[in-house]
Amino acid sequence: MQKNAIFQSKLLPFALVAPQLAIVLIFFYWPAAQAVVQSFLLQDAFGLSTSFVWFENYLDLLQDAEYFATIGRTFFFSFAIALSSLSLALLLAVMADKPLRGGTLYRTLLIWPYAVAPPVVGVLWIFMLHPSLGVLARYLRAMGVDWNPLLDGNQAALLIILAAAWKQISYNFLFFLAGLQSIPKSVIEAAAIDGARPMRRFWTVIFPLLSPTIFFLIVVNIVYAFFDTFGIIDTMTRGGPGTSTVTLVYKVYTEGLIGGNLGSSAAQSVILMVIVIVLTAIQFRFVERKVTY
Amino acid sequence: MSLRQFCAATATAAALALAAASPAHAVTEIQWWHAMTGANNDVIVKLANDFNASQTDYKVVPTYKGNYPDTMNAGIAAFRAGNAPHIMQVFEVGTATMMAATGAVKPVYKLMQEAGEKFDPKSYLPAITGYYSTSKGEMLSFPFNSSSTVMWINLDALKKADIAEIPKTWPEVFDDAKKLKAAGYSTCGFSGSWVTWVNLEQLSAWHNVPLASKANGLDGFDTVLEFNGPLQVRHLEKLVELQKDKTYDYAGRTNTGEGRFTSGECPIYLTSSSFFGNVKAQAKFNFTAAPMPYYPDVKGAPQNSIIGGASLWVMGGKTPEEYKGVAKFLTFLSDTDRQVYIHKASGYLPITKAAYEKAKAEGFYKDQPYLETPLLELTNKEPTENSRGLRLGNMVQLRDVWSEEIEQALAGKKTAKQALDAAVERGNQMLRQFEKTAVK
Repeated sequence: MQKNAIFQSKLLPFALVAPQLAIVLIFFYWPAAQAVVQSFLLQDAFGLSTSFVWFENYLDLLQDAEYFATIGRTFFFSFAIALSSLSLALLLAVMADKPLRGGTLYRTLLIWPYAVAPPVVGVLWIFMLHPSLGVLARYLRAMGVDWNPLLDGNQAALLIILAAAWKQISYNFLFFLAGLQSIPKSVIEAAAIDGARPMRRFWTVIFPLLSPTIFFLIVVNIVYAFFDTFGIIDTMTRGGPGTSTVTLVYKVYTEGLIGGNLGSSAAQSVILMVIVIVLTAIQFRFVERKVTY
Repeated sequence: MSLRQFCAATATAAALALAAASPAHAVTEIQWWHAMTGANNDVIVKLANDFNASQTDYKVVPTYKGNYPDTMNAGIAAFRAGNAPHIMQVFEVGTATMMAATGAVKPVYKLMQEAGEKFDPKSYLPAITGYYSTSKGEMLSFPFNSSSTVMWINLDALKKADIAEIPKTWPEVFDDAKKLKAAGYSTCGFSGSWVTWVNLEQLSAWHNVPLASKANGLDGFDTVLEFNGPLQVRHLEKLVELQKDKTYDYAGRTNTGEGRFTSGECPIYLTSSSFFGNVKAQAKFNFTAAPMPYYPDVKGAPQNSIIGGASLWVMGGKTPEEYKGVAKFLTFLSDTDRQVYIHKASGYLPITKAAYEKAKAEGFYKDQPYLETPLLELTNKEPTENSRGLRLGNMVQLRDVWSEEIEQALAGKKTAKQALDAAVERGNQMLRQFEKTAVK
């Protein structure tokens, strides 16, 4: 196969890639580079006084116990969100993969939540679970549960995880279903003829064949939990009560936009960027080895 | 970072669109960015239209820029991009940030002087302008919409619980809340919005106790927080104790819990006097607004309350001609009849003494005495060092940090003293950070 024979001119491929490259450079690399520059500066909100402080912004962060608590919390959130949304989505996808009456309707309904923007997800869940407005909250209180996420940090964290996982289930479901449907029926039938029961067929045949999808989704879900939960947190808890729902990305926002401390905010963005790059690299290096394509 | 740039880009685009839409003849345009919605937005539009109709040289163009923090961030981003508006409405807690930005803003007293407009700072209510003036009494920004904390009371609930008199002191509020709880208001005897504004900032001023050194920051950015004193600790301890059985029930950091008053759930509710519009529209019971309660054993209490709301900042780097227009517009706003109109239409407080007197003379407070409550609080006594106002850098974030600590105390994770100590310590760190970046 000679793939490069398609292009006659040497410049044409570059020209074709150029728009995409331009977008990536302008909207990703340029702001990222600015963040790195800004992280070495101490500047007031208006940009009137600027001084170069080397690593002071980073050192301040590394001496702040609260910052490490935020890192730990973010990892906990992303683990909890990825685990719950992946396992539920897989369960739903396995169910939906069976020949069912009205299966298409069922599948379509399951995909809907993906179309909902994160802040709207936050508002929807708040309407159900706000201690004074929420419908479900009233039932909980009537049942004797002291439901008050405005004060109880664990309940607030649970609320965020629920809402964030709920939104991501649809996306995962879609990929799992596609993955399941691409597994050749003959393999499963062969296992069935060999006497493997459904559970065994799932764990020994379907699950390994699904591993590329699972791997892909783990990466996507963790990145989602790190960044896209911002809208949900901002509309539901604004980081409270206490600091129990402040994640790294939320802290970047409050520090920079609410506090006007752009230097520290930029330093935090850079650290966040490094964490996600390292995480993804680890996943590709170690997890991918166990994946059979 | 990208969010900031996005803001800047949006601001640029908006400015370009406005520039393209401007008429050809030589009218000087004055951009006014604000954060008012609903009925208050109508007031802004009417004020701009009236001003534009009153003369032909200048045209004020009001633009809604989102809520208070959004408007301020949009203005800051626009300034960085080199196209700030002429006038920007900034909420009271943004005052220190704006003031520190020498060069980015044009102090109002200087503007009026240079433009040769008649301007007498003494004609304004000192409790209001004090918040926006230097310690020498130079007015930095122009107060636009001001309010104060009042105690909203569900009169029907009081009747139901056989409470004859509206509580005046905190011990009375606690007792009455317990009675109300027994009378069926089981989930919330009393509560309030803006937990730090009501329970730290106003509480301190109302009892003539400092929130921070250097006259609460008015005299310098090297101010140090001091609100972990006996009064504030005792108040928070009481709230923590009453939270346990919901005699007091925490309603969040901002004003999202206000529906609990209008729905009838919380019969006593401390929040801004500007809550009036919603109360009037939604409450299906008799209500009133009483002055904030106080601890009778604290000497000199009650002192006077401090304001909330927003003021108009004039941005720097504009031409003398534009500044002349801005000065004329501020004079236009100070007019007594206009102030009375703003007061009546929006429920916010009048800023001049003449306007207050006129509203009183017209009998405006006879039918609605609760509209005068915040004014009586603000003018209760001559303001002291502890009650003139607050000027703390990074105030928006400071409030978040204080709220975090108060929440820890209410949840029983820290004692009241520990929480306030931590709030003071964390706050002081942020103040030092702000001091470093403030332009000298």
